[in-house]
Amino acid sequence: MKIWNVLVGMLLLAQASTAGAALSIEIIGAGEHQTPVAIVPFGGDQNLSLAINTVIVSDLQRTGLFRLIDPIGKSPHEIEEVSYPDWQVRGADALVIGTVAVQPNGRIEAKFRLLDVVKQAQLVGQSVSANASQMRAVAHRIADLIYEKLTGDQGVFSTRIAYVNRESKKHYNLIVADSDGYNEQSVLEQSEPIMSPAWSPDGSHLAYVSFETGHAVVYVQSLYTRKRVVLANFRGSNSAPAWSPDGKQLAIALARDGSTQLYLVKPDGSGLRRITFSGTIDTEPNFSPDGQTLLFTSDRGGSPQIYSLLVSGGPAQRLTFGDGNNFSPHFSPDGKGFVYTHFIGGKFYIATQDFLSGQVEILTQGGWEKNPSFAPNGKLILFASEARGRGILATVSSDGRVQEHMFTQSGDAREPVWGPHL
Amino acid sequence: MNKILISIVLANLLVACASEKPKEPEAAPAPVVETPAPAPAPAVAVDPLNDPTSILAKRSVYFPFDVSAVQADDKPIVEAHGKYLSEHPDRKVRVEGNCDERGSNEYNLALGQRRADSVKQMLILSGAKASQIETVSYGEEKPVCTEHDEACWKQNRRSDIKYQ
Repeated sequence: MKIWNVLVGMLLLAQASTAGAALSIEIIGAGEHQTPVAIVPFGGDQNLSLAINTVIVSDLQRTGLFRLIDPIGKSPHEIEEVSYPDWQVRGADALVIGTVAVQPNGRIEAKFRLLDVVKQAQLVGQSVSANASQMRAVAHRIADLIYEKLTGDQGVFSTRIAYVNRESKKHYNLIVADSDGYNEQSVLEQSEPIMSPAWSPDGSHLAYVSFETGHAVVYVQSLYTRKRVVLANFRGSNSAPAWSPDGKQLAIALARDGSTQLYLVKPDGSGLRRITFSGTIDTEPNFSPDGQTLLFTSDRGGSPQIYSLLVSGGPAQRLTFGDGNNFSPHFSPDGKGFVYTHFIGGKFYIATQDFLSGQVEILTQGGWEKNPSFAPNGKLILFASEARGRGILATVSSDGRVQEHMFTQSGDAREPVWGPHL
Repeated sequence: MNKILISIVLANLLVACASEKPKEPEAAPAPVVETPAPAPAPAVAVDPLNDPTSILAKRSVYFPFDVSAVQADDKPIVEAHGKYLSEHPDRKVRVEGNCDERGSNEYNLALGQRRADSVKQMLILSGAKASQIETVSYGEEKPVCTEHDEACWKQNRRSDIKYQ
């Protein structure tokens, strides 16, 4: 894996959310094939235009799949104003133009076009609108449409992530944010640790572990009503919630019968059923996209390794071998492989394994890298890392070529997990 | 004759001890000022728990990496607390298991639970009742030391016996 150490930018955010937390972002590396794109700041409301442009540019840049061409000196906003040779000279293959305005009802409306400079043809022409407070959502949607048209893959800029921010040893926040880390909202704020947030498949609920009662208890909370239910509060630790793809049950890890074992439970806490009987540690379950299989971490073989198990029953199968310990498996969205944490020689690495070939790829340089999960399009992996002595959020492209570091304003970002398409 | 006398004295002492134990809380001096309700009785005799020279002053046991069995060096500590608990059936403890950061957070939560449970088992073997012991794991969530080195890690791989 090559790393160029290209520092593309430390973008500071003007449009801060209620949490007031600014974020800085660093991008390392570049994709193998980068499509050159020019994005002209939209016509109309200039403050809005600049804010939207910043978000679109950073979204596309973070993927490593695009080379942004400076449109300086030219600013077409309507298709009639476009002179394709101007952009061919600059080496752009694609051009984005448009206008943005605030409607009388207060909504933001952006009309944009994605143009193929080589073929001199329009690829996308669309209007995107949202409430005035959702400027970033408008920009993410436009970035998604550009990304989808130019790569053929589904965009994930409009999705959300969840993570825990440890402000201090006595101050924890469960945060839901945009995929780029901005627009943070606190779902739960308290003095005791929070662990292992897990998105329901429809993105409406988070399951998580909280120590607020003095030990680890699993809760399920609605992100809309903020109401929550206790999913599991038995003797000992209750932890590691994972939703089935149909949202009808969760796998959890409970120590109530001795050693930590896997159980299935309905989202209201009913119908508890034990599914592993190893007597060792079984934890970190994760459902396959078809709901048939669970990956999990177990030390039944003497060290923590990754195993798979049919939800319907039968023997577990060991998937990781060799030196080192392995943790925290998450299926890829296509179900063909999984991402996990590999610990060897005192360092944690983010790694993937392909089920068919068994091939393992180490995607990162190693450090304090934990808790990886895929973006819903399978192209990016979000994980917890550390830089300058702080816990940060990081992404790596699934080919390992591009990494991004996201610094929250304060504290340690931990336990991130990428949410579903809404 | 002497032997018999000594035996009788010993027997008396034993009876005295046995019968005195439950009375212990009543042995407090009467409050000087008259109060309508009896005040909670402060313990007069030095509780070995409060004696800094007693082995009971040690409340933490330490573990090697990814190990949850109580180590030989620490066994006397756990056994002493088990004995104390057996002699003080009204006392309760909370055993808190902790880990260093070299594992996933969830794996460490399970490992910390095992570290707490292994201390609990040894307390029970030493005479404590299961009902006197609650176990909890913090995994790697509550480190006492946060540097990435063994000097720190070995402090964090720990079970604490906390009297309630």
